[in-house]
Amino acid sequence: MTGKLSAGILASGVFGALAWAVIRLPTPAPGLTDQAFGALDASGVTNPVTAVLLNYRSTDTLLELGVLLLAVVSIWALGRSTGAGFGRPPGPLFAGLLRVLLPLLVLFGGYLLWIGAFAPGGAFQGGALVGGAIVLAVLGGLSPSRFAGRPALLRVGLTAGLVVFASIGLAVMLAGGWFLDYPDGFAKTLILVIEAAATLSIGLTLGCLFIGGEPTADDRSEPSS
Amino acid sequence: MSAAPATLFLLVGAALFALGIAGVFRESEALRRIIAVNVMGSGVFLFLVAIAARGGGRPDPVPHAMVLTGIVVAVCATAVALALADAAHRSDHDDPDGGTR
Amino acid sequence: MSAAVIFDALLALLILVLAWRAVTDPLRFRAVVSFVALGLVLAVTWFRLSAPDLALAEAAVGSGLTGALLLAALRRWDERDVDGGESSERGEP
Repeated sequence: MTGKLSAGILASGVFGALAWAVIRLPTPAPGLTDQAFGALDASGVTNPVTAVLLNYRSTDTLLELGVLLLAVVSIWALGRSTGAGFGRPPGPLFAGLLRVLLPLLVLFGGYLLWIGAFAPGGAFQGGALVGGAIVLAVLGGLSPSRFAGRPALLRVGLTAGLVVFASIGLAVMLAGGWFLDYPDGFAKTLILVIEAAATLSIGLTLGCLFIGGEPTADDRSEPSS
Repeated sequence: MSAAPATLFLLVGAALFALGIAGVFRESEALRRIIAVNVMGSGVFLFLVAIAARGGGRPDPVPHAMVLTGIVVAVCATAVALALADAAHRSDHDDPDGGTR
Repeated sequence: MSAAVIFDALLALLILVLAWRAVTDPLRFRAVVSFVALGLVLAVTWFRLSAPDLALAEAAVGSGLTGALLLAALRRWDERDVDGGESSERGEP
């Protein structure tokens, strides 16, 4: 009982400290709004969040793609998946829904990728939709064991975002600039290329996170677990 | 009235963070702790976005980018944590075919 | 009181109630459902705070995918508990 009480005291203390900090925040709110919007013309895109993600703080996004890859590798190291845990083939209603939804999701993911340059959207949002399409497909009966035969294809897709991003960064260095310092006029195109590869990788990664194990062929005797 | 919603949500974010911390310490099951950590994360995101919205006018895009990165990293961490908890659960139940789902 | 203030107050209240239930509900299934609902209410809040990019990402990834992961894990563990012979119903206390 004392354990739960001390947890409550700790939480109250944390909330009190944060609330005190909120009260003490400076009133003309400092921030990077002006700098971010001021450099928007040179950044190659019009959406400020995309500019921050893919231009001002592009290294952070590169590392984030690394984190995604790391998560997949860790999960694959912990077990394999034949998809047996996902059970039943889809009923007619779900199958009909999938037939409509899956192409729509992929299409809309591509749309969000394209529009991220000048409206809310971007690689992560588009990739999230593609990942959702994969989750739906797996729930509807697509077995991960199908990918067991050609692992290279899946691995290329999973690493494409990180590889393209890093390659562009290094290529820019070879052309005489800093790492990921896009040359003038090329920023828009380079950002689009990076985001396209990233959308593919993010979608596949989120799908693999849901599947939960390295895809394996269905030849083992399978207890339902 | 554009600064007021930010202050309210700053406090709500702080409350979520505190709630999550209490949950991590009080609960003993893996699933509940994972949910509590995610609630902490959501509190931090709410705090950051409220900070970004504080000035009125155009919101600061840098915290938005940080939260976007944070959402993706949080789901990766949740997935790995669940896989680890599943491995522990399997070994608790002495699963003979340990490792295949 | 303007409509905006009422809306913000309702959002804040919803967030707090859902987060409380996500952490403390005795049934695990209900806790996960509360968490998914919390993610969706947060997506609305991102819109309210002028962050539409975040709203898209939160609804899809933060709420949808995390919820799917949690529910899949929950079902897997409940099935394994039942197979193991324990009499634990779905959503054990």
